[in-house]
Amino acid sequence: MGATVSSSGPPISVDGLRVERRGRLVLPSISLEVRDGVVTGLLGPSGSGKTTLMRAIVGVQIVAAGRVTVLGSPAGSPENRWRVGYVTQDPSVYADLTVRENLRYFARILDAPAGRIEEAIATVDLGAHAEQVVRTLSGGERSRVSLASALLGHPQVLILDEPTVGLDPVLRRDLWETFRRLAEEGTTLLVSSHVMDEADRCDELLLMRDGRIVATGSPESLRRATGSDDLEDAFLALAEGA
Amino acid sequence: MSARVTLATASRVLRQIRRDPRTLALILVVPPALLTLFRFVFDGQPQTFDRVGPPMVGIFPFVSMFLVTSIAMLRERTTGTLERLMSLPLAKLDLLLGYGIAFAVLAVAQATLTALVAFGPLGLDSAGPVWLIVLLAVANAVLGMALGLCLSAFAETEFQAVQFMPAFVLPQLLLCGLLVPTDQMATLLYWVSYLLPMTYAYDALARATADELDARLLLDAAVLAGAIVLSLMLGAATLRRRTP
Repeated sequence: MGATVSSSGPPISVDGLRVERRGRLVLPSISLEVRDGVVTGLLGPSGSGKTTLMRAIVGVQIVAAGRVTVLGSPAGSPENRWRVGYVTQDPSVYADLTVRENLRYFARILDAPAGRIEEAIATVDLGAHAEQVVRTLSGGERSRVSLASALLGHPQVLILDEPTVGLDPVLRRDLWETFRRLAEEGTTLLVSSHVMDEADRCDELLLMRDGRIVATGSPESLRRATGSDDLEDAFLALAEGA
Repeated sequence: MSARVTLATASRVLRQIRRDPRTLALILVVPPALLTLFRFVFDGQPQTFDRVGPPMVGIFPFVSMFLVTSIAMLRERTTGTLERLMSLPLAKLDLLLGYGIAFAVLAVAQATLTALVAFGPLGLDSAGPVWLIVLLAVANAVLGMALGLCLSAFAETEFQAVQFMPAFVLPQLLLCGLLVPTDQMATLLYWVSYLLPMTYAYDALARATADELDARLLLDAAVLAGAIVLSLMLGAATLRRRTP
């Protein structure tokens, strides 16, 4: 279902995006493209502007200049609210509702069939906690509720801001497998992380620093370009060379 | 706008309140309890109680819904759920009307319970129809909800939001004519009182109590309806798809 893209261009394209937040220039002028049906990792230290860039792609960020096009329409356009899923860094779900009540509400907004709720619960492995009030869940479980909410509408583009922070290694691996599977089904994923060891799980990388893209390419090509086996070293080489 | 999303929002808000039985109990129990207190404070002046009692039945929902909504909406803003909703196919009006319906349902329960206690065991008398007082109470609740919602945009913390109640509601209570008729106030205040929606709410309630179902009551009701629409529009203006 997620495989069809309404236009022939890349699912996400950012051109000369400039964002100021509270008087600070967070993104001076950023341009990039994200390929269809792959997992693109947005990597960089915290404070490098990853969240701001993602917010601009979702269309919830006030931008000063530039153009952000998602699935052929301007970011945040009414049609994109159906097709773009967004998971914020802090889980944005209702703490006083149960897991299933949260999902039922978001599913009704997206007009998703009831079966999607069970699928989403299974995907994030929260079946045992479905009737639990979100407030009583652990931090990692809460972020999975937030992720499940974003999966309900079968989005064609999924923007995930640090989705694996605070998760145990087993779950982290499982979630990356889920992201992989979604990509194989045709979903375009943009996943941010500040942990370099997650970079190897992505097909494409966007390395960010101080509001600028310092390198792009597959993990393999970045290794080759810098001559280092370790992606962290490669990032350092690229960041300092930039 | 869609009825599906509006109703989903209303039932979600009601479910959240049901999850918090203490808040629900406070909403339902405090107004009848306060009215009982009034009844015995004015034990020696039953005519005063008969004058201020019925309008109070109608004004309580304004105050409680103002408070509950401003905190609820502030929470939506600070926990990121509002941002999620704004990135979903939900119209701003779906959210506003969803809240409006949920709190109107609560207001019906609150006003009915308060009226039952007031006109039953407390022996309050109203010359006019009690259903009209309950209906005006529900309109006040929706007005309080809409005002709380748009003011919550100006609060960054719950501490600030709670202070909006003495800052915006208390002056209206003082000026609405409940304590002192507006024409006995300083001229400036008399004029100011006509700019405040609660003055019309009180006047309508007082007329309903006195069974003066006249054109002035209709005018009050029209002003109230206008104030509700205006504050819902202001509330919608404070909901932004894009934020800094």
